Amino acid sequence: MMVYIMCFILFMVGLYGVLTRRNLIKIVIGFSIMEFSCFLFLALIGYIENGLAPILKEGMKNPVYVDPLPQAMVLTAIVIGLATTAMLLAIAIRIYKKYGTFDIRKVNELKG
Amino acid sequence: METLLSILIGFMIIGALYALHARDLLSALIAQGIVGYGLVICFLNLRAPDLAIVQIVVETITLIVMVAVVLNSSREEVRESWNRNKVLNIMSSLLIIGILVYVFAIMIGPLQPFGEHTTRMSEFYTQNGAEATGSANLVTGVLFDFRGYDTLGEATILFTAALGVITILRSKSKKESTS
Repeated sequence: MMVYIMCFILFMVGLYGVLTRRNLIKIVIGFSIMEFSCFLFLALIGYIENGLAPILKEGMKNPVYVDPLPQAMVLTAIVIGLATTAMLLAIAIRIYKKYGTFDIRKVNELKG
Repeated sequence: METLLSILIGFMIIGALYALHARDLLSALIAQGIVGYGLVICFLNLRAPDLAIVQIVVETITLIVMVAVVLNSSREEVRESWNRNKVLNIMSSLLIIGILVYVFAIMIGPLQPFGEHTTRMSEFYTQNGAEATGSANLVTGVLFDFRGYDTLGEATILFTAALGVITILRSKSKKESTS
């Protein structure tokens, strides 16, 4: 249970970064930390004590494999995380070109 | 295994806190690398070699792109100023933390303790995966055969993200450049 709580703390650290930092790059870092903690949580759920990596091999009697399903899900999620990070960075570059700063307090022309 | 993983995640938390508080953006990115590569070691300890390989590649690409972004713009951290309605902020963040901890507590209840996972759905995959897909690696078997549509959706998302990046970063549209 301890690892789950540590994983949750890592998620909270990422959320804290997203909510309190004023720099766009720091916000992107916070987002990727939250992503990492989610991947870690899913991979932790599928772990079995003394299990083997889910790669089949001939001639083993009653092997215990860790759950391959969360691993396949996380594999998809990692690649999607790369895509979202690239998208966020592209928007950050665009904002920097327009306003000359990464400070989100200076970007106030979007106010309704 | 549980204590080892807890220590690793503790290091990752320290790296994350430093990344969010560093004065220089470049050192913040390097500290974010601590989190990413610590995650690789966690995956290796959790018997997930495929995840470790993909995470190494993705983390390296992200780090290179982010360093390129930071070096082409300002490296300095913006100055923090004191916020006026501080009490309101602290109250709202405490409320959010309370809600999140409550949801986490009720979510973690039905889970088995760490390391005693019982496979229900993937029993079929481990029994018949090799005959059905012909792949010795069960993760790739699940990813590309049993759940092939997931992978198709992932490819669509990657394509859409590439389109979005190109659209955002294109410096001038064709109309502007001709006029």
